[in-house]
Amino acid sequence: MNVEQLKSRFKGHYDFMVAEKFLDEQFSQLQQLQDESTPDFAFEVVSLFFEDCQKIFHDLDRALEQPMVDFKTVDNNVHTLKGSSSSIGAARVTHVCIAFRSFCDEHNLEGCLRSMQELKRETALVKNQFEILFKLEQQLLAAGGSITLPVKPSPQSNDHPWFM
Amino acid sequence: MASSSSTSNEFDCGEEPHVLAVDDNIIDRKLIEQILKKYNCKVTIAENGLRALEYLGIGDQKGTTENKESSTMKEIPVVIVSSENIPTRINKCIEEGAQEFMLKPIKPSDVKKLRCQMTSLNKPTNGRFCLGR
Repeated sequence: MNVEQLKSRFKGHYDFMVAEKFLDEQFSQLQQLQDESTPDFAFEVVSLFFEDCQKIFHDLDRALEQPMVDFKTVDNNVHTLKGSSSSIGAARVTHVCIAFRSFCDEHNLEGCLRSMQELKRETALVKNQFEILFKLEQQLLAAGGSITLPVKPSPQSNDHPWFM
Repeated sequence: MASSSSTSNEFDCGEEPHVLAVDDNIIDRKLIEQILKKYNCKVTIAENGLRALEYLGIGDQKGTTENKESSTMKEIPVVIVSSENIPTRINKCIEEGAQEFMLKPIKPSDVKKLRCQMTSLNKPTNGRFCLGR
């Protein structure tokens, strides 16, 4: 396969991930931060995210097993996951976290348990998609090609200063 | 929009600013560090407020910061970064003296603008400022 074909496969998979909302434009921002000295920045941050997920899931499972569930602890963990998932552009994971936090506010244990399952499912799905994406990027780079994903402006940008 | 790789000659505000970035989220720490370095900032990372104050020489290991003020440190511009758009909280940040507020997720373009605004910040202190959550 030549470079153009590999480029097309990579871009195609990225577009698919965006269309399915696995990713939003924040991921392209991460990719833009890569340079010669940090060529694997996006991969490193995404890997760190999934490592962090495991720790948070462990803490969440434990918190939700307690006879008296501490919803504040659950909420704090979900808040962290919401932040980090949005920082890497894992939109569907962020979406589940937002719903999860509502259940925490309501002290709705059943809702929390359902959200927990959904969170694990969505995280596993996006992890899979990322593995494919990074593999395609590796193949492209190995063939001597490169690609910079388009960066689009996002609705929640800090375009205007809040109070400067 | 200009590619984020072409930055250095646009933002020559004198010596590179030294930014103390504070966040308890490891992903966000890594992200902000990368963005700041991309825009020619010297970066120090702290994982929480206490570590930040310790770095500045204000906090101590017991965690007491009462009656500890610094006439130079209080001049350092502070930018608050949060994932939550809560007006009352944002207003409190203004009242407590923050220079700017930004919503997460932080993008390179946000820091690019901030970097440009650095020279117009009211109280620049030898190119130091604090970016925190």
